[in-house]
Amino acid sequence: MSQASGAALLMQCLVDQGVEFVFGYPGGAVLPIYDELFGDERLRHILVRHEAGAAHAAEGYARATGKPGVVLVTSGPGATNAVTGIADAFMDSIPLVVITGQVPTALIGTDAFQEADTVGITRHCTKHNYLVKDPADLVATVEEAFRIATTGRPGPVVIDIPKDVQIAIPSESKAPTKPGSHRYAPQMVAPADQIAEAIEMIAGAERPIFYTGGGVINSGPRASELLRKLQDLTNAPVTSTLMGLGAFPDTHPDWLGMLGMHGTYEANMAMNKSDVMVCIGARFDDRVTGRLDAFSPESKKIHIDIDRSSINKNVGVDLGIIGDCATVLEQLIEAWGSNKGKDLGEWKARIAGWRARECLAYPEKSKADPSAIMPQKAVERLYEMTRDRSPIISTEVGQHQMWAAQYYGFAEPNKWLTSGGLGTMGYGLPAAIGAQLGNPDTLVIDIAGEASIQMNIQELGTASQYRLPVKVFILNNEYMGMVRQWQELTYESRYSNSYSDSLPDFVALAEAYGWKGIRIENGDELDAGIEAMMAHDGPVIVDCHVAKDANCFPMIPSGAAHTEMLLYGDQVGGTMDDEAKALV
Amino acid sequence: MKIKSAESERHVLTVMVDNEPGILAKITGLFTARGYNIDSLTVADITEDHAVSRITIVTNGPPAVIDQIEAQLERLVPVHKVTDLTTAGPHVERELALIKVAGTGDKRVEALRIAELFRANVVDTTTASFVFELTGSPDKVDSFIALMRELGLVSVGRSGVVGMMRGAEEV
Repeated sequence: MSQASGAALLMQCLVDQGVEFVFGYPGGAVLPIYDELFGDERLRHILVRHEAGAAHAAEGYARATGKPGVVLVTSGPGATNAVTGIADAFMDSIPLVVITGQVPTALIGTDAFQEADTVGITRHCTKHNYLVKDPADLVATVEEAFRIATTGRPGPVVIDIPKDVQIAIPSESKAPTKPGSHRYAPQMVAPADQIAEAIEMIAGAERPIFYTGGGVINSGPRASELLRKLQDLTNAPVTSTLMGLGAFPDTHPDWLGMLGMHGTYEANMAMNKSDVMVCIGARFDDRVTGRLDAFSPESKKIHIDIDRSSINKNVGVDLGIIGDCATVLEQLIEAWGSNKGKDLGEWKARIAGWRARECLAYPEKSKADPSAIMPQKAVERLYEMTRDRSPIISTEVGQHQMWAAQYYGFAEPNKWLTSGGLGTMGYGLPAAIGAQLGNPDTLVIDIAGEASIQMNIQELGTASQYRLPVKVFILNNEYMGMVRQWQELTYESRYSNSYSDSLPDFVALAEAYGWKGIRIENGDELDAGIEAMMAHDGPVIVDCHVAKDANCFPMIPSGAAHTEMLLYGDQVGGTMDDEAKALV
Repeated sequence: MKIKSAESERHVLTVMVDNEPGILAKITGLFTARGYNIDSLTVADITEDHAVSRITIVTNGPPAVIDQIEAQLERLVPVHKVTDLTTAGPHVERELALIKVAGTGDKRVEALRIAELFRANVVDTTTASFVFELTGSPDKVDSFIALMRELGLVSVGRSGVVGMMRGAEEV
């Protein structure tokens, strides 16, 4: 039997799993692991500035590479600081393995220094978690943790390791435990009769629609290819959730744009009027469905998802298919055979009519400040000027996130990193760092807001340390814009605490961290600013001042149906009844 | 505005789980976090190597919620199998109760007589009290306790429901 300590065994496991990067921050309860990391060339440790940054960076790495992100933090505050990122990964199905130090086993439960019940705290925001009490269990636990994190519906797994277990050598008497093979076997392949039924429904549809989500991305690049192939066979239009952008090319004539609260008019109208809806790897989230009792009333619904609990959770469906997106798409393509499908000419014509509303049109000038840059314009220019380089775009959360989703186009999967389910401000910068590490030659841009960026601004230092040329493009409107927009809609423009007061000088801040800072204040500086950003081979913050009064449209207000969208120019001020106010 | 709630029905679920630390907290926490109800819950390990526990949960909710409960339970890694006995077919439900009754004279005699009718065992007695042990369906236990209320009921302990399918099936 080897004389390796728990910490050394852990290192070996991580290497065996093919881990390249560990995002972490040292502390008392992980010192033995950090000592093993010292001088170990096989793993690269990325020292973040705050454990929240570690978790989001690991998410960004995972999302952009398809590989699991690994986090290493200490006990107590180290673990609790990582919880937001863990919860974020749980909501968005991002594979993470989070290793947390714990106080020595003898001290567990004594309120020891930096003790927190990490397993208890993370129980409901992880796919699974472990407290390892014996180094002999470590190898099997890590192996199973990676398997659980990366297969089925991906998600975060926490392994809590007490300090004494990191130091101890496994006793020879105890045989190492083997991961239970009886448990955890996600269903990948769909039964043939369900595939046949789905084909019959799709082929017989007069107004079909594909509604795709993050599951297509999670299933791997092949799923995106297969989606394109199935669309080509069936000719049906495609819309996607926020998390699914990039699975289907934005330049395709049958691409409807994103659906949901800030989705396009054509996507939401097509959802509402469709007769057969094929949901692939999405979960009928409230941001997508609008008012449930008015959600796509005439359609037969097919739902393909690897997680059986997603099926019939919010919306009852006619055919639930449990399986992996890529596998099921392949089955559908094969079963389609020489089917022709119905003539969709009339359906496409109706869609063209909805498209003609040009729902993403926005006023050229701000009412309050005619010289200000419209934020939509800034994102459009950013897209036009950077698209050739096929960049990875991350975002924070708020108006800028929706504008990025609406006005930046995505043609490939794994290029779009955003916090969809949990909606975590402060996600974008660390996620961009993780993505850049996994894709050193790719242009990585965090489209940010001036409020969100401050939530993990300390990670500027991480990018400096590792010479990562990430770009942060701040749409600075001096407001927590989405909060302000809702206050306009719901609370008669009483802007309670949504003004971004005492902002830092972002250019000076960038320079203080060794970044380049660029300020864009009016329209004629926009293109030059973006060019200068791309021309610099190091990290850059662009502080792009935009119209303070611009809002994010189209919008389905709280409690409204897909057909009740507000477009730019609609009267939106005022108040709402309590039922609508109570909706998130 | 008013908080809305839907019509609910009672279901008995059996859940086979790996007998590992935290599994009970995972399950009860899932019920709390997602707003599901637990009317009763029993748990004990049932295999020779103590590796598997059988949990019986009595819950209530609208049919769609019951379906979600099953799906959410199945999503937990240590959960092997979830069976909704209420929809799966004929099954038996049993509960064990200990019921303490104190009193003297006619009430004491009457309590003992009713206990015999219910086939409850006397597991402890003093000159002023009995502890009855009663096994049966939850309804039977309910009615026995209701009768004892008039006869000096002091204390009740109930195990919660344990359920099993009728017939040769494993569940």
